[in-house]
Amino acid sequence: MKTIHVETTINGDATEFLCAPDESLLDVLRDRLGLTGAKEGCGTGDCGACSVTVDGRLVCSCLMLGAEAQDAQIETIEGMADGETLHPLQRVFLEEAALQCGVCTPGILVAAKALLEKNPDPTDTEVRYWLAGNLCRCTGYDKIIKAVQTAAAEMRGA
Amino acid sequence: MKYVKPESFEVASQLLQNESGTSRILAGGTDVLVQLKAEMVEPDLMVDLKHLPGMQDITAENGGYRIGAAVPGAVVGEHDGVKAMWPGVVEGLELIGSTQVQGRATMAGNLCNGSPAADSVPALVTAGAMARVHGPDGARDVPVADIPQGPGKTNLSKGEFITSIFLPARPDHAGDAYLRFIPRTEMDIAVSSAAVSLVLDAAGTCRQAHVAVGAVAPTVRLVEKAGKALEGSQLDSDAIAAMKTAVEAACNPIDDKRGTIEFRTKTAAVLAERAARIAYSRAGGQS
Amino acid sequence: MALDSNPKQDFKIVGTRVPRPDGIDKVTGKAMYGADISAPGMLYGRILRSPHAHAKILSIDTSAAEQAPGVKAVVTSADFANPGDDYFRDIRDNCLAAGKALYDGHAIAAVAATSKSAAKAAIRLIKVEYEVLPHVTDVDAAMAPDAPIVQEGRALENVPKGMSQNVTTHVEFGHGDLDAGFAKADKIVERSFKTAATHQGYIEPQACMASLGADGRGEVWCCTQGQYMVRANCAEVLGIEASQLRVISSEIGGGFGGKTTTFIEPVALALSRKSGKPVKIVMTREEVLRATGPTVSTSMDVKIGMTKDGRITAAKADLRYQGGAFPNGTVEFGAQAAFAAYDLEAVQTLGWSVMTNRPKEVAYRAPGAPTAIYAVESVVDELCQDLGLDPLDVRIKNAARKGTLSAYGPTFDEIGLLATLEAAKAHPHYSAPLGPNQGRGLSCGFWFNFGGNTCVSLNLNDDGTVGVVEGNPDIGGSRASISMMAAEELDIPYDKVRTVIADTSSLGFNDVTDGSRVTFAVGLATIEAARAAKREMCSRVAKIWGLEEDAVTWEDGCVKPAGPNAGEHPPMSLAEIAAIANNTGGPIAGHHEVNADGAGVSFGVHLVDTEVDPETGATKILRYTIFQDAGKAVHPDYVEGQMQGGAVQGIGWALNEEYIYGEDGRLQNPGFLDYRVPVASDLPPIETVILEIPNPGHPYGVRGVGETPIVPPLAAIANAVSRAAGVRLTELPMSPPRLLKAITENA
Repeated sequence: MKTIHVETTINGDATEFLCAPDESLLDVLRDRLGLTGAKEGCGTGDCGACSVTVDGRLVCSCLMLGAEAQDAQIETIEGMADGETLHPLQRVFLEEAALQCGVCTPGILVAAKALLEKNPDPTDTEVRYWLAGNLCRCTGYDKIIKAVQTAAAEMRGA
Repeated sequence: MKYVKPESFEVASQLLQNESGTSRILAGGTDVLVQLKAEMVEPDLMVDLKHLPGMQDITAENGGYRIGAAVPGAVVGEHDGVKAMWPGVVEGLELIGSTQVQGRATMAGNLCNGSPAADSVPALVTAGAMARVHGPDGARDVPVADIPQGPGKTNLSKGEFITSIFLPARPDHAGDAYLRFIPRTEMDIAVSSAAVSLVLDAAGTCRQAHVAVGAVAPTVRLVEKAGKALEGSQLDSDAIAAMKTAVEAACNPIDDKRGTIEFRTKTAAVLAERAARIAYSRAGGQS
Repeated sequence: MALDSNPKQDFKIVGTRVPRPDGIDKVTGKAMYGADISAPGMLYGRILRSPHAHAKILSIDTSAAEQAPGVKAVVTSADFANPGDDYFRDIRDNCLAAGKALYDGHAIAAVAATSKSAAKAAIRLIKVEYEVLPHVTDVDAAMAPDAPIVQEGRALENVPKGMSQNVTTHVEFGHGDLDAGFAKADKIVERSFKTAATHQGYIEPQACMASLGADGRGEVWCCTQGQYMVRANCAEVLGIEASQLRVISSEIGGGFGGKTTTFIEPVALALSRKSGKPVKIVMTREEVLRATGPTVSTSMDVKIGMTKDGRITAAKADLRYQGGAFPNGTVEFGAQAAFAAYDLEAVQTLGWSVMTNRPKEVAYRAPGAPTAIYAVESVVDELCQDLGLDPLDVRIKNAARKGTLSAYGPTFDEIGLLATLEAAKAHPHYSAPLGPNQGRGLSCGFWFNFGGNTCVSLNLNDDGTVGVVEGNPDIGGSRASISMMAAEELDIPYDKVRTVIADTSSLGFNDVTDGSRVTFAVGLATIEAARAAKREMCSRVAKIWGLEEDAVTWEDGCVKPAGPNAGEHPPMSLAEIAAIANNTGGPIAGHHEVNADGAGVSFGVHLVDTEVDPETGATKILRYTIFQDAGKAVHPDYVEGQMQGGAVQGIGWALNEEYIYGEDGRLQNPGFLDYRVPVASDLPPIETVILEIPNPGHPYGVRGVGETPIVPPLAAIANAVSRAAGVRLTELPMSPPRLLKAITENA
């Protein structure tokens, strides 16, 4: 299988890579670019652990080919903090213990950030439905929902 | 596998027609990539059409809307005009998968995947939506209802693909709705589903009613008798009962890991009633 | 130096909500999990799996695969050693089938290649000739005398002659005169139950990177609940010395018991030995569901007698658990736990372990207990309904307490059951109004809690900080709680302690992270290690001051002169002592090695409100409150998190999660699409009430908290649904088709 040359932008940085035509964006991020923050929990779009945004849209990077990333703007968990300053969602997740094992956390943070950019003042039900595609097996979601709301309130005030 | 982004629909059609092996068209990719992962299919050719003219556009046309085949659910869901005109179509589309899947998944892909449980199809059928199909002989318009032929099968021939879906203008006093049953609140495939589209007269009596059910037959099924049962009524109990009987009679589901024949049949009728009441209220009817 | 012997009561750090030390890495994507590592020259491993539920392997031809582009090694069970006992042979034969494929998904052979796609292509070139055999996946069917035999000659002597060879263990617990007890009852209810197998559902699939050289030295990096367990299993299966294998546990993306054994590590090592290169294997979700261990599926009978005023007179349970294609002992935990919440004069539990053509069962959070207690608590609830009694009052009346001879043998010490029941009764949730089609249910839950083998080293650094080295993977925040206990004991700030997880070559043996043992046992060893360090500090300072050792004491984080010498010298802090350690006798460390006893059982009570849609059989969880005894909640956030997470796993078990096998014996739902774990929108907030009845067996009173919360939801929801729907289901999950059918038949 001949590889494809792709030029894209990841977390603001111009990036080039070669990938096989059937290689998912998730495999490209993890295996070719060393961005292992996005996780493969299922590879079928059912768990959300591989969430990234592409041109501002929340997607599962396992459901997109690397080749489709040509000219796209991609944001991953690795680009969420500003240097050593955590995004409010990241900080509040720590403060409120909204993670246990942490493997779903990058995907949930990326998804929650996308939600708050679209809807800065969601109801609990809206948060729960928005995050329904992000499976967490440790927390029962309770502290995650609360942390998203705490961060949302803080971001509205800021 | 070859991955190509052809420069025109014509070239795409030719590539697809000339491919001797298996080919797949990439719109949102949320079904195709799952099939790749599961090794259900190993295409020799993958044709990406997202960049072609109109594929990403929603445009007003003849009082209705034309929706490009690569427009993802999330974009349709943000379009106030489509939402206001065909809320049942939009709610069906938005039920496909997660927020993440909504960022990619399309109506055209949902339709061409050929699943009897496809969430966006029943309401497209009751809306009388038309698919614009591009092929070796140029473009043709086909009722959405005619596309699915069975699980995983469509009536598109080699070299053909959908470039847009047209939602016609909606008359006054009209409304539609879609409901599905799933075991969880999200992330499941419909175990049964129903879409209802109603046109009322000024007094609130159904002038025209379309009822379609999903996941209860090899394809999404438009149940004409169910629609007829509602016409001339204000959704009184006799009309609803007749409609439910017609729906149950039209069901021919399978027993599988997601539900039993009995369960699918019963709930399809229950959902049809509930969807009818929502559509009625959206059409301005007072029940 | 005097140290307290009763659980400590006043804390400065324990009980606070401090940030976890691994937190930043986990919110920024930097944390390294099993699949996040790569190595120079690394190969990708992939495993060929059986498409048959039960088949004799006549031949495996790997020649074409070996010649395929990029392929560097192919292995089968012939590449493994021959361990001396059944335990390790079963692990070996589960990693790669020997002679027979025992279940759909059973590993047959594996390849290592230079790319994922080359490995994927090569797998298909392996030719396996099977002779398909009759299979059995249901527990009752497997016990029938004419059932297909999964493995011959595996039954223990305690199994009566004449039973199917699939029955491998029989256990019995209890005391008192059952016949006399049932004779005293005003009402007897006897019911049969079935529950489906469920999977732990950790989001991170098993993953490892292994390297093994021709000299027999190797390393494994993997996500596991126990690096020492991985070392032992790999050494036995590969026939190498444990000392030559270094196992490093990565960050772990959930386990819940499912990562207490090995599936891929021995295979990756065999591939590495053959190819001379590091080999990485990452399971797909489908492989996780088909071939790693789910929990048991069960068939159970429970009979309970009760007087009109709610006193249980006798109770009996007969539990049949299938645990897949190998012998397992999970039913023993179920049989012991079934009636643990009750103070009973006459009780008997029988348990039977059964083999079927399913993947080898692996521990899942409170293994064996949720199903047994589901059956018992359902029957207790039905008796309450029949006799018109308040279900909480009945449980309070019959509650086990200090001094109760438990149904499984031991006499209870201080336990928190009564306190949790009374807290539930007093909570506003219990008296809140309910609407139409709504019902409230409750259930008690119980877990033994484990202690076990534990090593901890605690080192003072010359800047006054402390490093703790422990050997149990941190699965939900334990590095925080261990650091807290070290800081508490040494009276230094929490952020002056850093706890790390050792690899197998850096610390002595530790049991796996299981049974809710870590905060208890590693905590206990950490406190003892800190005390050892304090004794050494006292000894050093006494020498500096020219005093006897017993003339100094540890107080307020400092060594002070004691007794007649009090006030003679200014106190010396840990930082001051550490700074001069190298000139006063050398580095200062404390360590502790123990097989910890006294874990202290944990009880909980769950209250749940449900609403049932009578037209679709859908159940909605409206409100959920958990009451649980934590002994001492070291980090309350993570205690609450354990309670909430366990409850939600139980909710999934009650309503939707199940292993579905087809007639062909193949798993029908090997993905998160149809193996339906709860999603955020399925759930209400999960309220928690922590009770603290100190465990006399721990210096700070800590009890394990992780397992108990998965136990009550099954029955609590079943009881709530029976009240909401007016009909009681005796089979899990209570999926909508099943519930709608029952509602329809009842109408």
